[in-house]
Amino acid sequence: MTAPVLLRDFETFAANGGGSGPSWLLPLRRQAIDRFAALGFPTPKNEDWHFTSVVPIAEGSFRAVPDAPARSVRLGRADVEAFTFGRPDWIRLVFVNGRFDASLSGGATPPTGVTVTDLATAWHEQPDVLERYVGTVADFQRTAFTALNTAFMHDGAAIQIAPNVELETPVHLVFVSTPEAAGTASHVRTLVVAGHQSKATVIESYVSLGGAKGYFTNAVTEAVLGDGATLTHVKLQTESEQAFHVGTLQAHQGRDSHLVSFSYAAGGELARTNVYTRLAGEGCGATLHGLYLLDGQQHVDQQTRIEHASPNTFSREVYKGVLDGSSHGVFNGQVYVRPEAQKTDGKQENNNLLLSAQARVDTKPQLEIFADDVKCTHGATVGRLDELALFYMKSRGIGAEQARKLLTYAFAAGVIEAVGVPEVRAELEALTLRRFTGALAGS
Amino acid sequence: MSSSIENLVNREYKFGFVTDIEADTIPAGLGEDTVRAISAKKHEPAWLLDWRLKALRRWTTMKEPHWGNVRYEPIDYQDQVYYSAPRTAKPLGSMDDVDPKLREAYDKLGIPLKEQQVLAGVAVDAVFDSVSVGTTYREQLAKLGIIFCSLGEAVREHPDLVRKYLGTVVPYSDNFYASLNSAVFSDGSFVYVPPGVRCPMELSTYFRINAANTGQFERTLIIADTGAYVSYLEGCTAPKRATNQLHAAVVELIALENATVKYSTVQNWYAGDEEGRGGIFNFVTKRGKCAGANSKISWTQVETGSAITWKYPSVILQGDNSVGEFYSVAVVNHHQQADTGTKMLHLGRNTRSNIVSKGISAGQGNNSYRGRVFVGPKAAGARNYTQCDSMLIGNRCGAHTFPYIEVGNDTAQVEHEASTSKIGEDQIFYLQQRGISKENAVSMIVAGFCKDVFKELPMEFALEAQQLLGITLEGSVG
Repeated sequence: MTAPVLLRDFETFAANGGGSGPSWLLPLRRQAIDRFAALGFPTPKNEDWHFTSVVPIAEGSFRAVPDAPARSVRLGRADVEAFTFGRPDWIRLVFVNGRFDASLSGGATPPTGVTVTDLATAWHEQPDVLERYVGTVADFQRTAFTALNTAFMHDGAAIQIAPNVELETPVHLVFVSTPEAAGTASHVRTLVVAGHQSKATVIESYVSLGGAKGYFTNAVTEAVLGDGATLTHVKLQTESEQAFHVGTLQAHQGRDSHLVSFSYAAGGELARTNVYTRLAGEGCGATLHGLYLLDGQQHVDQQTRIEHASPNTFSREVYKGVLDGSSHGVFNGQVYVRPEAQKTDGKQENNNLLLSAQARVDTKPQLEIFADDVKCTHGATVGRLDELALFYMKSRGIGAEQARKLLTYAFAAGVIEAVGVPEVRAELEALTLRRFTGALAGS
Repeated sequence: MSSSIENLVNREYKFGFVTDIEADTIPAGLGEDTVRAISAKKHEPAWLLDWRLKALRRWTTMKEPHWGNVRYEPIDYQDQVYYSAPRTAKPLGSMDDVDPKLREAYDKLGIPLKEQQVLAGVAVDAVFDSVSVGTTYREQLAKLGIIFCSLGEAVREHPDLVRKYLGTVVPYSDNFYASLNSAVFSDGSFVYVPPGVRCPMELSTYFRINAANTGQFERTLIIADTGAYVSYLEGCTAPKRATNQLHAAVVELIALENATVKYSTVQNWYAGDEEGRGGIFNFVTKRGKCAGANSKISWTQVETGSAITWKYPSVILQGDNSVGEFYSVAVVNHHQQADTGTKMLHLGRNTRSNIVSKGISAGQGNNSYRGRVFVGPKAAGARNYTQCDSMLIGNRCGAHTFPYIEVGNDTAQVEHEASTSKIGEDQIFYLQQRGISKENAVSMIVAGFCKDVFKELPMEFALEAQQLLGITLEGSVG
């Protein structure tokens, strides 16, 4: 997937019509690929990629196959049951190797005022809405992977919530990769438009099936929050440990809106999640939580950028990491306060737990402040399990391994508690427990 | 803004005078000839010239770094004068032989070169442009075996020591400015404290840039042998000039087993005028190496001057149980920009480091803390605590924090805390309500904010630092 190959792939793709879509789409794709050609793949010299080398992705042979026929792989509902943990009445869209699969999707019918469509359909059914928003929030001028996604985006979801509508049932997007995905890149794109005073929950799961490996997911989700809107976004990244993942959530927030994001990352050989939001309207805010649990040779990078661009905005951020084996975790949290964003209230915290002598963590909490009447703090810690706590538990008759598990779980549970949707919380608890049981069984 | 504050704002930089003194200056420009000329003027041995030339050749292959959070017009390195020395006929026999004009200059700065006037217990090495013009208290120190002289003298009189340690902490290839310094460094201080000796007085160097269009490239080398202790102070000023002047210094500290080096700086180079014209570009590489077990290096800095500061006093914690400390107050006002912080490299077992950084931004100044805490795989039991707080005064300034925390050992414990806030209006209100004027209230709050750092300064400096801070911030609160 070296850059020249990608550029050639794009020309072939464009010559074939650039996928089907409205007339404005191809010029947008062209703009994005030109930008990608100028940017190239990021190198560690790029400050945002200082601790993460994307060489395995850049040198890998992942081909974007935007015009591949949908449903080349047949899965049954039973195959994906394990990933559809929510209640049956959730609105569910399932994508197999980046393609929408109607037979696996379903759940509740969206109520009046809410449309949930796969992107390929949306291009035809709601071209105006898409034209208005696609590519306006997810910034491809600065971010190479977003540029790549914009050039090749083929499927995904378009979610619209009309003003004043409160959507009770979550929308669950499940992106499944199968062994057939090997050697390919899927550039999935999701657009969420939350009208003013609306409320919605969107959950994205990135999972793999049947020993899938050697694929690359490059997902972009852009979200527009109208005045007073509340959007809860949960991302569960449990890709194959021999796969690559780059995922970006980028939001633009109106007055008094609230973005609640939770990012769980436990999969991927090399995985990166970006959560970017622009607090554009007065009084809006973002609550970002994250949990990363790594083992083996994994390299997982979590990035956040909160741009306070208006007065009286707030941000709350807690990211926790547990690192075992020879894994390498990275956290980079930027809080940027513009001169006009007076009365900004920002809090950021990153805690890392090292479980093995070979594990490594690089953390960089970053404050850039240009307004004077602000209250911003950040904290970062790296350490291991408290010897005294372990000793205490042993003295109470709890075995060393059990004590380790309990304390590690308790560390992670602190951030899971912040998740509002009970089913998601239960799933996260189960995932976390499984992760530690598996990780500790061998030790 | 009250009129009395306005008057204070417009008050001139106290140290902005120019001393009219005949100087021995080489032509502007940089090439092998320049380096050879400097080396010849200083009657240096061949090994040092070779080292300088290696550095120069390396420098020509390097690119000026631009990753710092500072903006400035490009520097023309060929338009700088790399050597300027006050012309003196003969070598100095005693301090009384110092040119009266120079002595006058130092008297104006409040640095007495006459020993009887020296504050009890401080020995001073005065560096004027490119050369050291005099060092006090040398004889008393020599009785204890302590060597305190200019680096130029040390090269001549103690070549073995200089050769053994020069460039071992900051190699000539280290970075763009360090290489430049290695090629053209003119003078600086040299300190060697022999095993088991506790230096009885504070050692101090006073740097003064005088000549126009001249860069100052001093190099300081301090070695504390096994079990030794030394505390060293550095002060700096420069005249007011409309053009920018370059200052690219290198400081190397070496602490052997059980030794302690304490290095304090009050940096007050000319910062430029209110419009940001002129001022010193302060691009400095300072690094210490805790080479032996149980050694300790402590940096304390008060940065109030310079148009641009690019400076990261660091400690390599190589010896087991060694300790690194960094205490910093950095103040920017008007158009000043500071990108400063520290690096703590934990390599040995049970190494500890403590970082306290206080940034104050006023006017249109931009202040960045950039720090790196690195824990290597062998640094079992390493411990770091970092606290960096920023205070903003006015809404056109900026405060930024860029901490890099890289941990590769699971027994390490690293904590980082930072906060940024406005100077508390409720605090000012409370103090005013107790009958304290607004200006005094602000200076009290600022002094309280910086207390953790000031208490680390030697007494002589603490007072000066407090006053300096007051002057720098005057008029920034309306």
